[in-house]
Amino acid sequence: MTSTAQRTSTAGDRVLAPFGVRAVPIVAHERHGAYHVLRCADQLGPRPQAGQFYMLAAVARWGGGASQRPFVPRAFSVLRAPAGSTELHFMLDDVGPGTKRLCELHPGDELSILGPLGIGFAPPRDGRTPLLVGGGVGIAPLAIWQDQLGGDGRTGGATPTLYDVDSGERRQTTALLGFRDGEHARGAALLTGAEIATDDGSAGHHGLVTELLAAWLRDDRQVEVYACGPPAMLEAVRALCAATDTPAQLALESGMACGYGACFGCVVQTNDGYLRLCVDGPVLDAARLQSALVPGATQ
Amino acid sequence: MSDVAVRFCGIELAHPIVNASGTFDAIAARRAFGDELLCRFPFSAFVSKTVTVAPRQGNPPPRLWELPAGLMNSIGLPNKGLEGYLEHDLPELARLPVPLIVNVMGFTHAEVAQLVRAFSDRPEVSALELNVSCPNVETGTLIGSDPAEVTALLDVVRPLTDKPMIVKLTPNATDVPAVARAAQDAGADAVSLINTLRGMALAPGTGRPWLGGGTGGVSGPAVRAIALAQTHAVCCEVGIPVVAMGGVQTGRDAAELLAVGATLVAVGTESFRDPLAGARIACELDALTIPALH
Repeated sequence: MTSTAQRTSTAGDRVLAPFGVRAVPIVAHERHGAYHVLRCADQLGPRPQAGQFYMLAAVARWGGGASQRPFVPRAFSVLRAPAGSTELHFMLDDVGPGTKRLCELHPGDELSILGPLGIGFAPPRDGRTPLLVGGGVGIAPLAIWQDQLGGDGRTGGATPTLYDVDSGERRQTTALLGFRDGEHARGAALLTGAEIATDDGSAGHHGLVTELLAAWLRDDRQVEVYACGPPAMLEAVRALCAATDTPAQLALESGMACGYGACFGCVVQTNDGYLRLCVDGPVLDAARLQSALVPGATQ
Repeated sequence: MSDVAVRFCGIELAHPIVNASGTFDAIAARRAFGDELLCRFPFSAFVSKTVTVAPRQGNPPPRLWELPAGLMNSIGLPNKGLEGYLEHDLPELARLPVPLIVNVMGFTHAEVAQLVRAFSDRPEVSALELNVSCPNVETGTLIGSDPAEVTALLDVVRPLTDKPMIVKLTPNATDVPAVARAAQDAGADAVSLINTLRGMALAPGTGRPWLGGGTGGVSGPAVRAIALAQTHAVCCEVGIPVVAMGGVQTGRDAAELLAVGATLVAVGTESFRDPLAGARIACELDALTIPALH
């Protein structure tokens, strides 16, 4: 494996995407409990920032599923982009016609990708300790962020090992992760040092991940929260952080057709009016939102 | 000029593929792709998103609904307004490597006149497109579906500029060729069609509209046959150039619209699937022989 062919072009707040979709081979399809992880080899693209996303589609048979869908590509935060490799990893939950087709892909099949897109996570403010909070398939961008924060050898060349530099030592970032059941909770193995909650109590804390967060914030407010998950969870995280003056960065999701600002479909309401998540997000500072409940986030 | 170069309303274009208004934001695309966008710009002219006099937030989300072979949107013409466009967008769009066509819409004749006047002396602007056809805003359908309304509007705004004026027609009209004829007779330099077709989706399990705007506009390959039929009918009715669009995904789709008489073809929804779709379609078109049916 080599990274010599990779270019990294940045423009202020983001790593730029090569212009146009490109077909890349699937090199592995893994299962982690209820979740699928697709690994592809992206020879031409740059290494993404944690929190950036890609538009994905199958090169073959995209369309022709239920109601002749899917038609437009689907947006996925990158799960992992190992350093020294051309691989990109994406985490999927088979919930609709787009994810169903993507979950059918196996090594040798081709994946159509556009990215990296959007703005990812920013380093913690004022020497705060990062605290990762995820729900379901929303744990994906937290895994690459944990890699980039932790300096565990998997960090891409484009991003410094922020937490390593600040603390002068390698410390584990804490991840609080919530899942609906034990089968989904097996996805927690994609991160290290995770504390788990499940809705049905079959693994970890019986209840919501935001209960774990509330307990954490009672003891330690010198954290910056990085969260991704279902809208209701994100809204609870936003409200908890607002109530405790804890800075938070939320990776949001909204129905999206293009990923690069063309369709104007993925807007969320902020204090400054509607913003397109694809070019102004998907990571937004929680202080910019009155609510993280994005209408139509899960079509 | 290559074989596919084309002259449209006195503007020399490298090939016949442009973008449909509101389906490609060149400023946002430059943020995502950097200068590579300028080096490989996919369209031979850039049609900007509709500008209105006052700024607009657009419709509440959700704004999109995926369809069998297409997409439905309810965007609601978000834009910075005329002042914001002149100050922020126009200088950036003037740096594109292709001619700029500005799409405008007003809720009254006076508003359209204000917009046309504002751009009539701007050297950055090669042509104007009048949006009389957006199905998402109450007044759009009113003007574009009635030949007399189109005549009345053009009687006011046509004398205000020497720039080529394109009237964008709505497919949500009883007699589209009659509206096209009215535009031609009132001095339009070209017409463009089709805009999206009005549609609706219900949120699963609720019986209520999914889209924040209630209804939306249907686009994509689902509307291609309708676009071809309406383009053919309009080309039989008028002698001015026609910009045709609706579900174009390949060079062959573009060739069919040219074959029935269109001068340019616009790509819209397909750009959502690949921002370079316009360039691919232009290349595919270049490799085809276009039969002249018209």
